[in-house]
Amino acid sequence: MFYRENGQFKTSYVADQQIFPIAQDRTIILLLLAVAFVVTPLLASDYTFRAILIPFLIMSLAALGVNVLVGYCGQISLGSGAFMAVGAYGAYNFFVRVPDMPLIPALILGGLCATFFGILFGLPSLRVKGLYLAVATLAAQFFSDWMFLRIKWLTNDSPSGSVSVSSLQVFGLPIDSAQSKYWFCLVILVVMALLTKNLVRGAIGREWMAIRDMDVAAAVIGIRPMYAKLSAFAVSSFIIGVAGALWAFVYLGAWEPAAFSVDVSFRLLFMVIIGGLGSIMGAFFGAAFIVVLPILLNQFLPALFGLFGVEISTADISHAELMIFGGLIVWFLIVEPHGLAKLWSTAKQKLRVWPFPY
Amino acid sequence: MAFFLETLIGGLMAGMLYSLVALGFVLIFKASGVFNFAQGAMVLFAALAMARFAEWVPRWTGIDNPIFANVVAFLLAGALMFVVAWLVERLVLRHLVNQEGATLLMATLGITYFMEGLGQTLFGSDIYKIDVGMPKDPVFALESVFEGGILINKEDVIAAAIAAALVAALSVFFQKTTTGRALRAVADDHQAAQSIGIPLNRIWVIVWCVAGVVALVSGMIWGSKLGVQFSLTTVALRALPVVILGGLTSVPGAIIGGLIIGVGEKLSEVFLGPYVGGGIEIWFAYVLALLFLLVRPQGLFGEKIIDRV
Amino acid sequence: MKLSKLVIAAAVVAAGTTSVATSAFAQAKEQFFPLLSYRTGPYAPNGTPWANGKQDYLKLINARDGGINGVKLTFEECETGYATDRGVECYERLKSRPGVTLFDPQSTGITFALTEKAPADKMPLITLGYGLSVSQDGMAFKWNFPLMGSYWTGADILIQHIGKANGGLDKLKGKKIALVYHDSPFGKEPIPLLQERAKMHGFDLQLLPVTAPGVEQKATWLQVRQSRPDYVLLWGWGVMNSTALKEAQATGYPRDKMYGVWWAGAEPDAKDVGDGAKGYNALALNTASQQPKVIQEILKHVHAKGQGTGPKDEVGSVLYTRGVIIQMLGVEAVRRAQERFGKGKVMTSEQVRWGLENLALDQKRLDALGFTDVMRPLSTSCADHMGSTWARVHTWDGKKWNMSSDWYQADEQIIKPMVKAGADKYLSDKKMTRRAVNDCQS
Repeated sequence: MFYRENGQFKTSYVADQQIFPIAQDRTIILLLLAVAFVVTPLLASDYTFRAILIPFLIMSLAALGVNVLVGYCGQISLGSGAFMAVGAYGAYNFFVRVPDMPLIPALILGGLCATFFGILFGLPSLRVKGLYLAVATLAAQFFSDWMFLRIKWLTNDSPSGSVSVSSLQVFGLPIDSAQSKYWFCLVILVVMALLTKNLVRGAIGREWMAIRDMDVAAAVIGIRPMYAKLSAFAVSSFIIGVAGALWAFVYLGAWEPAAFSVDVSFRLLFMVIIGGLGSIMGAFFGAAFIVVLPILLNQFLPALFGLFGVEISTADISHAELMIFGGLIVWFLIVEPHGLAKLWSTAKQKLRVWPFPY
Repeated sequence: MAFFLETLIGGLMAGMLYSLVALGFVLIFKASGVFNFAQGAMVLFAALAMARFAEWVPRWTGIDNPIFANVVAFLLAGALMFVVAWLVERLVLRHLVNQEGATLLMATLGITYFMEGLGQTLFGSDIYKIDVGMPKDPVFALESVFEGGILINKEDVIAAAIAAALVAALSVFFQKTTTGRALRAVADDHQAAQSIGIPLNRIWVIVWCVAGVVALVSGMIWGSKLGVQFSLTTVALRALPVVILGGLTSVPGAIIGGLIIGVGEKLSEVFLGPYVGGGIEIWFAYVLALLFLLVRPQGLFGEKIIDRV
Repeated sequence: MKLSKLVIAAAVVAAGTTSVATSAFAQAKEQFFPLLSYRTGPYAPNGTPWANGKQDYLKLINARDGGINGVKLTFEECETGYATDRGVECYERLKSRPGVTLFDPQSTGITFALTEKAPADKMPLITLGYGLSVSQDGMAFKWNFPLMGSYWTGADILIQHIGKANGGLDKLKGKKIALVYHDSPFGKEPIPLLQERAKMHGFDLQLLPVTAPGVEQKATWLQVRQSRPDYVLLWGWGVMNSTALKEAQATGYPRDKMYGVWWAGAEPDAKDVGDGAKGYNALALNTASQQPKVIQEILKHVHAKGQGTGPKDEVGSVLYTRGVIIQMLGVEAVRRAQERFGKGKVMTSEQVRWGLENLALDQKRLDALGFTDVMRPLSTSCADHMGSTWARVHTWDGKKWNMSSDWYQADEQIIKPMVKAGADKYLSDKKMTRRAVNDCQS
């Protein structure tokens, strides 16, 4: 009843191939964008921006990249932290060494550095599959950890290995307040999400999905596995690299190699699996879950325990957070193994045929 | 030359310790097809349990004998790991039968977080001591042949011996007992095993119990070496290259892989490291495993991956 | 199923409203101290006593003195787990609480991130004995306070002590000193100073990085065994320290030739190893005993009343006392700020910054506060945000730490030019300029 598709006829191929063919969907997305661009900056506090929204946006972008590789192309990768690091340090080097380098080209060049790194460490995927590949990509992670600690040139010869950027600006507009950072990240996220959605709907996306589902059959029908797998690594690393550069420049401001450690890689994989493999929406859901949940737990648990009159130390809150986090992951997987995006699409499907059951 | 031998022996010993942890991974993957990322958390949990029980047993029973305390602590910790195994099977695995690999991997990651939190809540996050009477001082062999002798770490030798004994026991268990045969049948083909009447659920509980005991032994040895603390979970990350190099389904592969990785790591750090500033052993282990995988994509002793189209 | 869902939803809503309600109570009638800490993770054994010391001192001031000139103190801990992003999140959450004073990040990594944000937020950072060594230069770093020492002063004092043990710094020529360090900005900080001293005195410096968190050090100590340095300097934190001592024992390196920084010389590092660490030396910024008056007061007013954070036998340990000192300096900064801006009023963070910059704790004041023998007099100024560089060396005897040297001061002749050069480079990289002299009056 809500999703009445009556009367929505498509009269051109363009109309038929839209990302959101149902008019109600289009309205909802436009509303969502309006809320994101206009309403949230009016209502959200400084803390909400800096601690919740900006990390959420940047992590969604990174999860998007990981989803391209893991969800659409089926190559489990645990080296995402390394790609973020390469993107961040690459952008940093261009930003700092080239005089008057504008911000957006620096981010893009950082993404390109991550692309080359991703292709290099994606080469094993041509020979190694499945879980073996996952562990092999950890080589990328630990190598990047070491590389940025040891090779001084990459950190602009800073004695401590810690680097920082400041006074960011785009077309003369400074990006220093929480709102400007939020808009900057939002714009980049929307643009890249749109580009990625179109990529995965296109021929190359279908090649990736074919490789994921049955790579031998895909090779038999003429899809070149090398091209498909390496392009997945390339696109994914580009997106993750840009996200890493944003994380470093916009969120952290000053960072060290430990900011992109193996924990980040695991977190990104979690986001993608919880959010839903092989779906663009899934990246957003997963990022929201992983970014917001710890903060929520941190705020609510003391209050919750306070209701029962039990005072609980920060260490115990941390441990309870870990337990609840782990428990929730397992619970979600039992309830919906295909992730939050599948829950969402099931709900949408039910709404489409409501009040009929199917 | 002496130094090379020292490094070699040190590497072999370290490798044996990694294989101990890798064994847990291999066992569970062999029998249930689940890559148990929670192995590191299980090692930590078991080690914490043993360390704290060893502390608390004298208080509870009033007997102040350290050997008694250690033995009781070991048994209690083992029992706790059995309970954990049963709970994991009951609450997690049973509901995720037949799901794809990524989902099961994720579930074990969820279990990892849960166990890390639970372990630290129950037992605390300080550094705890496991004192099983391991000798801490080194032994210098062949002092007449080489100046200064070759350093042999007695603790590591004993640990390697325990690891070897454990592997031998496991091999006997798998080859000679009915349960072992049932485990191998389940590893081969779940459905066929079920069809001849092997109770899958019970088998999985048994496998996770055995893995839990392996985790306890590794936790005891690593804990005795390093002290029991949260960072013990990082040992699992060091054991992953061993698992993939040896093959995810092979127990001898875990041992041989461990030896190769251990030697490769230490030799690279000591002889190549100084040229590039040091700190290379972690990524070198992974790169080494990766190079082997390029030649044999299923690991040295793993089952060949057969794709049916 | 539905009923339980309803119950859970109701509980969450109730929790939400109570959390909002409790935060509304924190008006600017009280001085708020945010406490970033880590009680979980690989660095928890060292972070926990530090955090306990800080909390206990605040509780003492409230219980014994009723606050600072009548202004009660409140505090809230936030768990960072030594991770930079969580530290930044805690900072953002707590920085706008009414009555907020200053931050002690308890981690060099978080310090680097917060140093970028502090000037814009007008928030002073106390980084006692850690953080950026170049932030000693107050004219360049308005908001950073590396009180009582930095890694450069610490490394300098160690070299002086080793020189003294050899009969003079010139006797160091031809000797080998190895630095086993945590592979992170924290561990790499002392390297420039050690290289400078190596050039000056002609000793050989061998750098041996240990990948964080430092759980696997066999290869490092095999290298130590091969090169047989005369001394090993240990620059670790958390589990890395006790592992290093265990590996040193396992490879037979004499522990009495090992010297650790003040973050590698506490009970959690050596207690585990016990007699195996006998003879191990480390820098001591403060004493470690339950005798000093302030520790006795804490036991009397806080622990005796059951309000103690942490176990009683931890009170007075090395890191606990250091936490007490850090909090004392924070409280004294607020008190000093009140002297100028209004006694009995709640201070803003900018005013607290002024207080930090004008600390004058002479021996008389330290005695009155109960810190006799715990630390040396300290006085900060606009240009000098460190205040004092006094430190000693203490040695582990298998059960506890015993002081084993006189007080040393860092050699400013070597350090000052390095600090100035480093600060200049930092400012030019960021296109900032030094403070004007009249800015010191604010």
